[in-house]
Amino acid sequence: MLERSPSSLLKKALERRELTLMLLLLVLLVPITVRSPQFLSGENINRILNDMAILSIVAIGEFFVILSNGIDLSVGSIIAFTGMACGMINESYASVPPVVLLLVGMGIGLLMGLFNGVLVAYGKIPPIITTLGTVNIYRGLTFLLSKGTWVTAHEMSPSYIGFPRTTFLGLSYLLWIAFVVITVLYYFSRYTRTGREVYAIGGNPTAAKFVGVNENRVRVVVFLISGTLCGLAGALWTARYASAVNEMATGFEMQAVAACVLGGVNFSGGAGGIIGVVLGTLFLGVVTNALPVIYLSVFWQTFVQGLIILVALALNTLSDQRKSAKLLAQRRG
Amino acid sequence: MPDALLEVTNLTKIFPGIRALDEVKLSLRSGEVHALIGENGAGKSTLVKILTGVYIPTGGKILLEGKEISFKNAIDAQQAGIVAIHQEASMFPELSVTENIFMGHHLRNPKTKKLDWKAMTEQTKALLGRMQLDIDPDTLVKNLSVAKRHMVEITKALSLDAKLVIMDEPTSALTGREVEDLFRIVRSLKESGKAILFISHKFDEIFTICDYYTVFRDGQYIGEGKVKESTEDQIINMMIGRSIDQLYPEHTPVLGKEILKVEKLSQLGAFKHISFTLHEGEILGLFGLVGAGRSEVVRTIFGIDKASEGTMYLEGKAFMPKGARQSMHKGIALVPEDRQKQGLVLKMSLTHNISLPVLKLLSFKGMVTRSKAEKTYVLEHGNQMEIKSAGYHVDAETLSGGNQQKVVLAKWIGTKPKILILDEPTKGIDVATKAAVHQFICDMAAKGVAVILISSELPEVMGMSDRILVMHEGYQTAILDAQKCTAETVMRYAIATVAQEAAHA
Repeated sequence: MLERSPSSLLKKALERRELTLMLLLLVLLVPITVRSPQFLSGENINRILNDMAILSIVAIGEFFVILSNGIDLSVGSIIAFTGMACGMINESYASVPPVVLLLVGMGIGLLMGLFNGVLVAYGKIPPIITTLGTVNIYRGLTFLLSKGTWVTAHEMSPSYIGFPRTTFLGLSYLLWIAFVVITVLYYFSRYTRTGREVYAIGGNPTAAKFVGVNENRVRVVVFLISGTLCGLAGALWTARYASAVNEMATGFEMQAVAACVLGGVNFSGGAGGIIGVVLGTLFLGVVTNALPVIYLSVFWQTFVQGLIILVALALNTLSDQRKSAKLLAQRRG
Repeated sequence: MPDALLEVTNLTKIFPGIRALDEVKLSLRSGEVHALIGENGAGKSTLVKILTGVYIPTGGKILLEGKEISFKNAIDAQQAGIVAIHQEASMFPELSVTENIFMGHHLRNPKTKKLDWKAMTEQTKALLGRMQLDIDPDTLVKNLSVAKRHMVEITKALSLDAKLVIMDEPTSALTGREVEDLFRIVRSLKESGKAILFISHKFDEIFTICDYYTVFRDGQYIGEGKVKESTEDQIINMMIGRSIDQLYPEHTPVLGKEILKVEKLSQLGAFKHISFTLHEGEILGLFGLVGAGRSEVVRTIFGIDKASEGTMYLEGKAFMPKGARQSMHKGIALVPEDRQKQGLVLKMSLTHNISLPVLKLLSFKGMVTRSKAEKTYVLEHGNQMEIKSAGYHVDAETLSGGNQQKVVLAKWIGTKPKILILDEPTKGIDVATKAAVHQFICDMAAKGVAVILISSELPEVMGMSDRILVMHEGYQTAILDAQKCTAETVMRYAIATVAQEAAHA
């Protein structure tokens, strides 16, 4: 029946996107480290991880939406609005503790995600159109809220600005928060009924309907998750970069989508996992941080990101095609 | 007798595990309307797809005007002069009649190379005139009735200078008046020397319009003849064959109390006034030809679609489910017709597929209590169905059709249904799995489960059911005792030549 020769095991491993990505990451690190040995210093690794923490939080929200065969283009604008709101609250009421600001950000994000989800589920507007509308609406609300002004570092309280950098057991709060988000939602995706139902709706909405899965509920839930995580990310963003500007996180949806695609998440829904998304985020982080090392200006950053998305998508499609060709051959044989 | 326009010999098409066509033959002359007759799954559609270049045959020969042809794609077939008019019109609704007719073979001004819309509109007018059709060439197709869209498709075939026009169930969506219009056009096509391959389940139409017929059964050529020289009985006998030679498991019904009562259940445009009762331990067959509305009836009972009229009683209490969740809760399970599109999430593992309907039972406060409960559950029901796979962790898409069907069945037995509805459970699966599915159905009935079995295979319905509800075009034409009736009787009710008054009562 099944042969378990070493070569077939290796083949199996290569079929898993997570392992391929890890290998690729290692391959990438070799020339970079040769060029610049301090790239792998503890300090630099810590910097890369901190740089990527916010993206990983947002990418996980995007993951659930893509998994349900949708897309959330409004993530950048939700971050901007919640970030601006938290910055302004902090400016006016410096005594409000940072943790409360995070909760406020999550609350606002939840409402914005709810709006997206209701439009998609009950308004039957395709996710790409819905969020193409709300990406502008939420950005517009940001400008209306701030009346076009910024909140700068000296207008904010040191406790808020310092919050993401505060360390616990050697790691920053920012990393701890990302770690908790990853763990909780990993568990959610794999071991809850709703998590299972997101896979089912994305994989085959008709079959899901036949077993009584409430499609509308699932569609709202994925946008709720995405919105809430963006709210959290917004509150952290303002603190970490010590400023709240109207244009913050513009285009961030592309990075979130890139992390998912790189992590092997199926763009038409139903397949993928959070480990892959986290590795995809890490990969993006290493590439972005390595650009100066290999003497490419940061102006290349978006170009390279776009290229990575295309290559990853092409790889996904190619491996899908090969897989179905193999299946067909098996059945014929 | 003039030479045949189209001569098909020894044509074979093999799909994995199935011989869809087995050395069939067909011979068509110009100026002839030729009926292709057979039950669902007899191989008619496969033949049409080969003739129109969609499928490539595994073996055999096709001669068109004496020359051997082989089509690589649909355009090849069109250029050779074979055009099919499909069951569901394949048109561009947002484009005009002219644009639809000339799609793919636009006329250009020879000098400027620009599209010559004026000429195309003129030609369309002329073609429509020839068919005595009152249609404005500039109308958008979406604004036309179904019947007129058919006419436009036929006009398109004419513009392509087709030699052979294939009509696959062309009247299924037409009213009586529109059918007459269509027949008028078919006759004029015939007079202009075209050959028409006419696929229909309706005997009155075949006897009205066709000159010649060929019968297929189970992918094989059975016979042919002149319509004028044949009787309905002869053709029906050819369609169903003589004997039910396949063995079905022993099933002595032990009927319990009445569990479901359906009264005058209707859904606009799909089916009307379906009434029956169902008892514990009973297997009720649901038979009918394509378009009879069988799947729609069970979808409505299960709550996927809404009824427009009628009442149902489940264990004596009025019952009208709003969705699958509610009917599952009440103990109904529906194994849908298309396992890949409706039954399985192909990208999910077998484990996750099987546990999907019962996640509520396996979870505590929304958490799926991981490995143990779920694994035990999946193993129990999967092993009961004897699924052959590399393990329960593999994705459903890696399995063969028969094993996929076993997964779908395993997924539903765990819900402990009181009523199990199976829609074409053995369609397209191998003989061994088929036998296993039959055994499974009898086992369920023996345990007191009430079963509704939809099948297009008459022997299967005859061999498995206690009673058979027969439908014809949305109407219930009979409920027969399977022990006491013959295949001929069932088929007669399915094509409804004996029960018009019952249907409209």
